[in-house]
Amino acid sequence: MAALEATKARAIKIFGVGGAGVSLLDALNGEDFVGADFVAVNTDAPSLAASSAAVKIHLETKLMRGLGTGGDPDRGRAIAEEQFATLKTACEGSDVIFIIVGLGGGAGSGISPVLARAAEETGALVLAFVTLPFLCEGNRRQQQAQQGLEQLKSVADGVICLPSQKAFKLIDENTSVLDTFRITGGLLVEGVRGVWQLLTRPGLIQIHFNDLCALVRDRHSESVFACVEAAGAGRSREVVEKLIAHPLLDEGRALAESDAVLVSLMGGKDLTMAEVNRVMEQISRHAERAQIIMGAAVDVAMKNKLSVTVIAARQNSNTESPGVADDSSGQTSRHSIARPASRCVSQPQNAALDQREQLLKQHAAGRGRKSASKMRQQQLPLAIISKGRFDKSEPTIHRGEDLDIPTYYRRGVVLN
Amino acid sequence: MFDDSNIIVGLEIGTSKVCVVVGEQNADGALNVVGVGQSPARGVRKGEIVDAAQAEECVRNAIVEAEQMADVEIRNVYLGVTGGHIRGFNNRGVHPVVSADREISEDDVQDVIKNAKAINLPAENTVVHAVRQHFFVDGQDGITNPVGMLGARLEVDVHVVHGITNRLQNAVRLVKGLQLEVDEIVFNGLASSLALLTNEQKELGALVIDIGGGTTDYVVYADGVIKYTGALALGGDHVSNDLGHGLKVPLSRAEKLKLEHGSALVDEAMKGRTLTITNELGMPLKTINVEHLQRIVSLRLEEIFQIVAQDLEQAGLTDYLRAGVFLCGGCARVPQITKLAEPILQMPVSLGQTNSVSGLKSALDQPEFVTAIGLAKFGSLKTRKREGKSSFQDKIKKTIGTILRR
Repeated sequence: MAALEATKARAIKIFGVGGAGVSLLDALNGEDFVGADFVAVNTDAPSLAASSAAVKIHLETKLMRGLGTGGDPDRGRAIAEEQFATLKTACEGSDVIFIIVGLGGGAGSGISPVLARAAEETGALVLAFVTLPFLCEGNRRQQQAQQGLEQLKSVADGVICLPSQKAFKLIDENTSVLDTFRITGGLLVEGVRGVWQLLTRPGLIQIHFNDLCALVRDRHSESVFACVEAAGAGRSREVVEKLIAHPLLDEGRALAESDAVLVSLMGGKDLTMAEVNRVMEQISRHAERAQIIMGAAVDVAMKNKLSVTVIAARQNSNTESPGVADDSSGQTSRHSIARPASRCVSQPQNAALDQREQLLKQHAAGRGRKSASKMRQQQLPLAIISKGRFDKSEPTIHRGEDLDIPTYYRRGVVLN
Repeated sequence: MFDDSNIIVGLEIGTSKVCVVVGEQNADGALNVVGVGQSPARGVRKGEIVDAAQAEECVRNAIVEAEQMADVEIRNVYLGVTGGHIRGFNNRGVHPVVSADREISEDDVQDVIKNAKAINLPAENTVVHAVRQHFFVDGQDGITNPVGMLGARLEVDVHVVHGITNRLQNAVRLVKGLQLEVDEIVFNGLASSLALLTNEQKELGALVIDIGGGTTDYVVYADGVIKYTGALALGGDHVSNDLGHGLKVPLSRAEKLKLEHGSALVDEAMKGRTLTITNELGMPLKTINVEHLQRIVSLRLEEIFQIVAQDLEQAGLTDYLRAGVFLCGGCARVPQITKLAEPILQMPVSLGQTNSVSGLKSALDQPEFVTAIGLAKFGSLKTRKREGKSSFQDKIKKTIGTILRR
């Protein structure tokens, strides 16, 4: 079992940042995540004290007098920059780092991009799981969250983002606030667990971390998760039905709209190829436009049960994702041929220690090129667009923009 | 027949329609709407006349309709003007009080206002309005009537609305060509704000956004006076044009789709829903995605609000608007528009109600008529002021004049 060894070789750290991140970390800490190190990072001492994480990093300066960041991401960022060395030390020695954060507040939005950068510098792959605040939390938090998300996207290898607002579909009039937060937290935890399982369980059809990163990099104006389980004879059919009926997937519409879907199937030893096939067939029918990445794994404990985790990412309408577009050509041969991209270092599972180190170094060198590869050639706006009825009237120019040209066109919103 | 000396008419030559409102001023000076006339406008783009012959025809139709409805003969109108060339700014006039006892007299007040109105504008521009704000006596703020006060230095702020003379005169000439007198030209945004806002709201601070067919006019009131005005050559026409472009349908069809299915926010339930448009024989022509339709509308309206919000932020007025935002104009009919505007302007937004006039319910309830009603209201305020000042002799002259004119 080569794959099993690989999981042992891969050290994973899970960071929870900010108040929401730390409490989500607690929800994760336990049952399934054997072998991962948990690190809680916050500016707020009481939240850390309540945490069950093994390592706790309290970011503190005298300036704040123990009052936390007060919801100001700039303060969070400043303090994280100040303690950059501490964060970097904490990141060292791991290959994969998960950052779990609730964006919108000061600590989460400010610290997490810095932490991601620290982690990158140690040479680890960084995948961030973020929640965006509820709309009712106000514009300022939304804006801070968006800013944080942008910053995080530019440094992390992948960001999976869940707008809390989606949880409204799961609650009714009588659901308490506490329960609602638990539900959104639970969704994120499901997502983390799904990814964790993808990465650690022995796979029949394995998903590489690279594939996952390629899926979530550069896109995701938002992503949705769904995790469903079924048991018994008709479990493959039942699982698809449940998936389509899942409220977060908007009755399957989210699948239809998404550009990339990652599917992970997990079953007991009795998982059959026919079942995998049946599930995948249904999902691909629903997600016609999407690029689908799938993996199947076996967990001995899951007798008679089949669980499916789906992460559907929708492209932000004005960002393109050349990285992923490239992949589609090599889709069938993905698992046999290492991709030439710098990100794709082959799994260093059987390599001797020194070889492995060398690979990681190459990897880190490749990382430097990443920022360069992110720069895309810009197109001159040469397309001539008719202004319809305003063709001959005096143009309405506002800050150098011709407002007679349709807004959707200027903002690059794609209609198809 | 009616004695038409107290008949006041507002005429707005809008981009999408010409509106006429006939108001009757009663003895207390309150305005009562007795007739309305409207006609779809042609030959108008972005609030300005581009084809005088067509526009004249439309104005005539609207005037005739209003005359029939109100049973009066319209001779004078208050004419609304707008367009992207109209700008507003605040100007301050200074006047030293020279009398021996340092008491501020009526003449001092007139002088300082004259000073404030002496504005250095480019030759091709004219002042449409110069509205008095507050007086300052020796730097003391917030004085509404300084006559009788003591002071050495009297200052006054005025809000000046100006535009390019020739472009303003186009509309005036057109109306004069119809044998109508233009009493005064009024900026549309100002007229709308007069129709919508109560004194209390003006005092608290309010923003009126009139999103019409071709222009968006906005006016800010704070502390009871006009603080800011703006006109943006964007409106419902742009929404239709965007739709025509995005959905690849002719403009007339786009206009219809906007009215029937437009929404300021993308309706979640409409996602993936499609519409089939048919020709006059009922044959299907094209399938349209409703979500796209609504997204196009939403983006354009969002942009308009964003520009207004930016503008006000630069002017530093966002904190003064305690009564909130009031919308009017044809685009105020778009469903969910208040919900779209609220997060952008970060203020409570509501549809404006013409509370300050009485009369025909059908006219008062329509957001398209707000400007025209405001024009009549402006007229009523002017005449009230004039009558208040006129002497007995003037009144006799006026009465004789009226009799002679008949």
